[in-house]
Amino acid sequence: MENFDVIVVGGGPAGLSAAISAARAGMKTVVIERGDYPGTKNVMGGVLYSRATEAVIPEFWKEAPLERPVIEQRYGLLTGNEIITAAYRDPLWAEPPYNAHTVLRVKFDGWLAKKAEQAGVMIIPETVVEDLLYKGDLVVGVRTGRAEGDLGAKVVILAEGANNFVAHKAGLAQDLQPDTVAVAVKEIIALPQEKIEDRFCLEPGQGATIELFGDSTDSMLGTAFIYTNQDSLSIGVGVILKQMIDKKWTPNDLLENLKAKPYVKRLLQGGETKEYLAHLLPEGGYKAMPKLYRQGVLVAGDTAMLVNGLNREGSNLAMTSGLIAGQVAAEAIKSGDISAHGMSVYETRLRDSFVVKDLYKYRNINHFFEKNPHFFKVYPEIVSNAARTFFSANETPKSEGFKQIGKMMFERRSKGAMFSDIFGAWRALK
Amino acid sequence: MKLDDKLYLVRFNTDIQNHIKIKDSEVCLKCQDKPCTRICPAHVYDWDEEENRISVGYEGCLECGTCRIGCPSGNIAWQYPRGGFGVSWKNG
Repeated sequence: MENFDVIVVGGGPAGLSAAISAARAGMKTVVIERGDYPGTKNVMGGVLYSRATEAVIPEFWKEAPLERPVIEQRYGLLTGNEIITAAYRDPLWAEPPYNAHTVLRVKFDGWLAKKAEQAGVMIIPETVVEDLLYKGDLVVGVRTGRAEGDLGAKVVILAEGANNFVAHKAGLAQDLQPDTVAVAVKEIIALPQEKIEDRFCLEPGQGATIELFGDSTDSMLGTAFIYTNQDSLSIGVGVILKQMIDKKWTPNDLLENLKAKPYVKRLLQGGETKEYLAHLLPEGGYKAMPKLYRQGVLVAGDTAMLVNGLNREGSNLAMTSGLIAGQVAAEAIKSGDISAHGMSVYETRLRDSFVVKDLYKYRNINHFFEKNPHFFKVYPEIVSNAARTFFSANETPKSEGFKQIGKMMFERRSKGAMFSDIFGAWRALK
Repeated sequence: MKLDDKLYLVRFNTDIQNHIKIKDSEVCLKCQDKPCTRICPAHVYDWDEEENRISVGYEGCLECGTCRIGCPSGNIAWQYPRGGFGVSWKNG
């Protein structure tokens, strides 16, 4: 049996970041990946955040295969064929040190894996890790699907993605539930660069993102998104699985429904679908986080439920958690303490970072929205209706228009209910 | 665009081994809702009227894992395909 200091399960942003930081600290490190090479099994929207990436690869933008720097983030509320949008744009985001880029994961993860190899990491592709390897109660490596596929390690870092098979077998993670995961589908739609730049009002090379709420998901808890790549758009929709089941939608029909919306259709017009993808998102938040460590084991990225759905952040939480996991593994191995106590430093550092702080901040928000579905239905309708009245020049005096808006609002949602919604939302975010 | 046409765009290295199993087909008979036939993004699961069971087209599985969590009876044994097999994204 071959022995390593650190075995990383999974070659995504969390696993590769963990491997790079462990290898840089002098650890003999291997990443075990089930695809032909890291990236080929990996999917996200996808927005890559610069600060978290820079912490792993300084000045990554000079060589990484990125699509476009995001200079505008647009939010939209859909009601039928109507839409209300708000956007923030800063051209400075088109320059170093950037804020975020769109990426395609096959290219980006493949590149990150090459950087890992340059740092001394060994990558074993086409191999599924089936379980941890134990000696008594002690974790001493992993068991893979290959014949004589046991590999020894002092520390195993689990970054196996949302489907937490190994973490679950190890008793660290609980069963995923229909209300703690979202199912997402996406299409890559090819479009010439100039068309993308014209339609999104961008200078050559710049990028934009759009998130759509309300009827984009048939008012279910989730979002739709449109991101600009170099010569394609990524368009997708993700919804909490329980709501998808209850409302009897199929993911592809929901995506087609979105693509048919007038506002969306015009952005995609003339484009050619190149790929259709599906992915599971861990959306359980703080309360559904697994145990993050035990003797000889650390859990990072999606496997650890490190996704902030409200700000659609995930890749950054993955990379930061991976980076810290790699560092803690190396420190523990060097100090000779890979006991649960030695590993617990990982949780302490994650809790001190934005990763767990953000999840803690939003710990009640998913439950709040599940209990208050009108936030995705009634309020978008009220806002659209109010805007239509406000912008209509129909010889109604404005004073009358404002009265109509007030009346319409409180017919749709009583004053008391609105008050308790505001109070409830405030409490959920407190 | 039809789902079948979309799935045609996906690159697979299909394994001869099936990585999905219905644990107990009796359970499906009693299942009224059969959410697996809707929630799978690739429509891998279909109710076969003649054979009175769920048919599983594992070859088109996009490996998201939604079915395993969405089955109300936990009746789908879904694993990853063997290393190197299954979906291989072009863009991701």
